[in-house]
Amino acid sequence: MTYVADVLALTRKDLRVELRGRDTLPAMLLFVLSTLVVFHFAIPDDAGDNAAYGLLWVAIVFTALLGLARAWVPEQEHGVLDGLVLAPCDRSAIWLGKTLATLVFLLAAQAVALPAFVLFFEPLDATAIAGVLLADIGICAVGSLLSAMAAASRARELLLPLLVLPLSIPLIVGGVGAAVSAEGERFLLFLVLYDAVFAVLSWASFEYVVTE
Amino acid sequence: MIRGRGVEKRYGRKRVLHGIDISVPRGGFAVVTGPNGSGKTTLLRLLAGLALPTRGDLLVDADRARIGYLAHEPLVYRELTAVENLDLYGRLYRIPERRERIGMLLERFSLWDARAERVATYSRGMTQRLALCRTLLHEPDLLVLDEPYSALDEDGAALLDRELEALAGHQTVVVATHDAERVAALQSSRLALA
Repeated sequence: MTYVADVLALTRKDLRVELRGRDTLPAMLLFVLSTLVVFHFAIPDDAGDNAAYGLLWVAIVFTALLGLARAWVPEQEHGVLDGLVLAPCDRSAIWLGKTLATLVFLLAAQAVALPAFVLFFEPLDATAIAGVLLADIGICAVGSLLSAMAAASRARELLLPLLVLPLSIPLIVGGVGAAVSAEGERFLLFLVLYDAVFAVLSWASFEYVVTE
Repeated sequence: MIRGRGVEKRYGRKRVLHGIDISVPRGGFAVVTGPNGSGKTTLLRLLAGLALPTRGDLLVDADRARIGYLAHEPLVYRELTAVENLDLYGRLYRIPERRERIGMLLERFSLWDARAERVATYSRGMTQRLALCRTLLHEPDLLVLDEPYSALDEDGAALLDRELEALAGHQTVVVATHDAERVAALQSSRLALA
């Protein structure tokens, strides 16, 4: 129970910091909406449904990257990560709290982006939406870990996409597959498996990222 | 409490600490001095458990939960208030009756009136006082203080003098400072880094 309480306290703190600073979510919302608007005018009318679903995933992944790039900024200011690492809580709780907060931001951005996608492009069925939600979990779980690694580097803006994008490819394959394939459920299963494996790996390895 | 022999720390090729021997008994008050770049902060990070020595033996006989570390940075969130910051740490350190403890520390460090203001609006001195509250919040057995007088005005420095006087002999304290004379009366040992 104390682990859950620690995670919730850390998530609540991240949401409160964002509510006050408004550094991340407005940028994510603006980015995803403007990207969809640009795509709307950029894609030829006869490009087909599949191209539109592909572009939705481009928008989702880069919006997530925007959020992840700022995920550990509050901890870098005033060296707070050292304070959290010194606290006697399980260090994986720090990662899980950050993952949940980033997931909330991404879901909030998608609450606007998905209706906009339906308005500009194609309808989304339940399988496609489930694919988006499952991929969100994977992106945030892996991304929070990689973002913490990148945050320790001087070249973090360059490093983060280099680390996150290759590991996002299976999520994009699964997400697009869930939207366009006749056997979308198989892709959902693949996404569940990806989320489970990478969430456990990230959870177990976070301690080694933030300590020597 | 603290025993180190031949402690060395390297970052890549750069050797920051070399052959450091340190011994501080339980309840001891050690003062670490040295010019800028001599490795004071690195040594304190090793003692706090935030870094590991590259070579040598270092034994710090204190659980992570019982160490209070005051760093150069205050280790608090700029967008949160003093109470919110201390409440978060209080939860993570599982402090019983944390609200009373937080209130008492904020009163003692003259931050009570500013408790609901965001840290981003604090002066450097107020932020340092808050950092001291955070360091003392869980009543640590080992206090590791890196330049604790930095940014404090005369009132704040006098307050810290009184705190350290009260702690000396009861808790193990390691202080890195350029103003060693200020704590000379309390010190039980001194380590001068070159």
